[in-house]
Amino acid sequence: MEVFVQQLINGLTLGSIYGLIAIGYTMVFGIIGMVNFAHGDVFMLSAFIALIFFLILTTWLGISSVALALLVVMIVAMVLTSLWGWTVERLAYRPLRGSFRLAPLISAIGVSIFLSNFVQVAQGARNKPTPPMVPDVIPLFERNGYVVALSYKQIIIMVVTAVLLTAFWYVVQKTSLGRAQRACEQDRKMAALVGIDVDRTISLTFVMGAALAAVAGTMYLLYYGVVNFADGFVPGVKAFTAAVLGGIGSLPGAVIGGLIIGLIETMWSAYFSIEYKDVAAFSILAIVLTFMPSGILGRPEVEKV
Amino acid sequence: MSVAGINVLVEETRAAEKARTAPLLSVRGVETYYGNIIALKGVDLDVHEGEIATLIGANGAGKSTLMMTICGNPRARRGRIVFDGRDITNLSTHEIARLRIAQSPEGRRIFPRMTVYENLQMGASLDNFAHFNDDLERMLAIFPRLKERLHQRGGTMSGGEQQMLAIARALMARPRLLLLDEPSLGLAPLIVKQIFAVIRELNERDGMTVFLVEQNAYHALKLAHRGYVMVTGTITMTGTGKELLANPQVQAAYLEGGRH
Repeated sequence: MEVFVQQLINGLTLGSIYGLIAIGYTMVFGIIGMVNFAHGDVFMLSAFIALIFFLILTTWLGISSVALALLVVMIVAMVLTSLWGWTVERLAYRPLRGSFRLAPLISAIGVSIFLSNFVQVAQGARNKPTPPMVPDVIPLFERNGYVVALSYKQIIIMVVTAVLLTAFWYVVQKTSLGRAQRACEQDRKMAALVGIDVDRTISLTFVMGAALAAVAGTMYLLYYGVVNFADGFVPGVKAFTAAVLGGIGSLPGAVIGGLIIGLIETMWSAYFSIEYKDVAAFSILAIVLTFMPSGILGRPEVEKV
Repeated sequence: MSVAGINVLVEETRAAEKARTAPLLSVRGVETYYGNIIALKGVDLDVHEGEIATLIGANGAGKSTLMMTICGNPRARRGRIVFDGRDITNLSTHEIARLRIAQSPEGRRIFPRMTVYENLQMGASLDNFAHFNDDLERMLAIFPRLKERLHQRGGTMSGGEQQMLAIARALMARPRLLLLDEPSLGLAPLIVKQIFAVIRELNERDGMTVFLVEQNAYHALKLAHRGYVMVTGTITMTGTGKELLANPQVQAAYLEGGRH
């Protein structure tokens, strides 16, 4: 019981991070039908940006308030990562629009390889640690000598995720930008006919996805305290799994998928073997794709009147 | 908007119409291709401010292609399209739309997973929502069925309701030129009649310029001030609606030998 509750907390934290990344995959897929394989590396890049700015703020500028530093770091990471997302879309994807379907996909794989290698060369291949951030925990209850605890980090991660997802949901559902995005997703040709600049809307979708990935990157760094140039790959693929599991194209699906993958991974680690946690997570993907090809909240492919 | 306001608007439109002799929309020598296949072989056509112009022709003649070419998707490979004195041949679709050319396209193309209300909002974005509440009320008065369906997803409605929505969405833009592509397609005769009555009213009361593509030649020509007949990518005949209705060739080809 106590292990279960602890793992539930851990799983939801991890799942929040996956969910934030998964939204980037699902939105881009929804609007242009392309799996942005470089998205995981954008997430990794943002963690590096966060690390660098965190060090600048705390070591060089001597800011002692970790909360303030984190907030600034998150905003800087969001801005810079968004800029990157926008640039990549302009340079690597937009010129290929209207080309054959696999072209942007291959381009995305290229961007992914470029980015992880660039970071490896620029930052070195070893793990980059941060100084300890927000170490405090709140013990919830104790049983049989096992203390179930909720750390401040976990609270921050879950709260930030919840707030951002709500804000994001509001933008997509209620603002004219969100309507334009949904219109482009449903019928790009018609969207242009009602005066929507489709290219600009697609750019903004990449920007929004990258901004959320940056939040995920900052949270990842906060949670694990370490980042590595290869860290884009596995979390990226897991977030993609989450998006597929939730139903690719569906925003709530991405979040639900993220939470499920996070929970499976932590529960599996606790009760079975930690070495096989990724096997467990990806097996779920295989099973879901076999029995529920459109995911939990996804639409069947047939729609097109 | 008050009745007086509408009258002023109509007066202004009429005045502007007299002042300008050039057509609002002028299509000259337009050729459009799909890949290497030519779809429009040099089309010439004018739509004047305040009139209803119609284009009739058989399936596959290129009517919808012309509609979409005016909106820049696909682009004309040769020729010129001028709207209100401005060459729009090479503008992109959304820039053309922002000149207030609104289209209710072939196949209706309402946004299926948006509500009726949201679909109307999409139309109003061309008008920057300046008259959203007034226009919404007006649309719901013209098409009371949409009022009942206001918060229903567009894709769940019947074909006729979707057609009304597509027209209403275009009107929400307060267009200077309204392009209607086969508004009668697949609809019950009663609804067709309703929709044509709406078009006539918009033109007579508000002076709206309408370019109508139709297979239902009889209704279209009866409604239109000016008609064009298209055969395999070229305009073969033109005249007033009445002239074309009386033309034996048109009767033979498009009016079931004049049995209407």
